[in-house]
Amino acid sequence: MIEVTEKKDYRSITNEMRLEFAAVSDNESFARMAVSAFIAPLNPTLEELSDVKTAVSEAVTNAIIHGYGNRGCITDRVQMNCELRGDILEVEIIDRGVGMEDVDRAMQPLFTTRPEWERSGMGFAFMEAFMDDLEVVSEPEQGTLVRMYKKIGLGSWIVSEE
Amino acid sequence: MEEDFKVIDNYLMIRMPEEVDHHKSVDISQRADRYIVSKKVGNVVFDFERTTFMDSSGVGIILGRYRKISCFGGKVYAVNAGSRIRRLLLLSGLENIVQLVEK
Ligand SMILES: Nc1ncnc2c1ncn2[C@@H]1O[C@H](COP(=O)(O)OP(=O)(O)OP(=O)(O)O)[C@@H](O)[C@H]1O
Ligand SMILES: [Mg+2]
Repeated sequence: MIEVTEKKDYRSITNEMRLEFAAVSDNESFARMAVSAFIAPLNPTLEELSDVKTAVSEAVTNAIIHGYGNRGCITDRVQMNCELRGDILEVEIIDRGVGMEDVDRAMQPLFTTRPEWERSGMGFAFMEAFMDDLEVVSEPEQGTLVRMYKKIGLGSWIVSEE
Repeated sequence: MEEDFKVIDNYLMIRMPEEVDHHKSVDISQRADRYIVSKKVGNVVFDFERTTFMDSSGVGIILGRYRKISCFGGKVYAVNAGSRIRRLLLLSGLENIVQLVEK
């Protein structure tokens, strides 16, 4: 699991990028900026941009605080892979942290294992609300992979109409 | 930074930053609690005027302050919350906890 180098059909892929960064909280905004810049050529609406930024922020924050226990260790790594198939964005956020035993339970709104850190259990609910599709693969002691999809550029046909 | 926290009567006014995320949230919560304790304020007002981004960390900040003050009859308010922030509050079921104030 959490194997990200599987063979894929590159014929339908129009752009791709891979990032790896330290699991420290400064990189939460970095990840949001990176994905924003990546989809900028698709002319996303402001709402689409906010949706993607929120979802990425949730997944990256989860990797940092839950996956790696919020320890701020510079050698802990979060991976962010982005891919475009035409106007469909795929984002993967991967950590090699503690993982989850019960993914379905973790994804329920308001479920949190960290109330003492003021987490509200809304992260997965926001990812689900703001993206078109969400997949989560996780294994205890192995890590977690969050994969999300969203169609971008509802605004682009409006521009080309002019 | 310090002027982002202001006490007026029984209200702690907090000017929320441009981006409300986990990176910023720990500091905001800790400072707010210091004011709540040392100045004995009963209510907290979150001002989102300059906020352009928020994630679930913002929900945590609001809920956390609500838990601190509600047992003493205090309330939490949100001013200048745009449609985006309202939607996040609604999705999190905070509509009965936060009083939305139009300015
Ligand atoms: N990358 C991860 N590694 C390990 N556990 C995770 C990971 N992501 C989420 N979890 C678990 O799933 C739970 C729910 O995650 P979710 O993002 O929905 O809520 P939260 O992070 O607890 O709170 P919030 O996102 O509202 O601040 C977490 O409390 C944690 O136990
Ligand atoms: Mg979360």
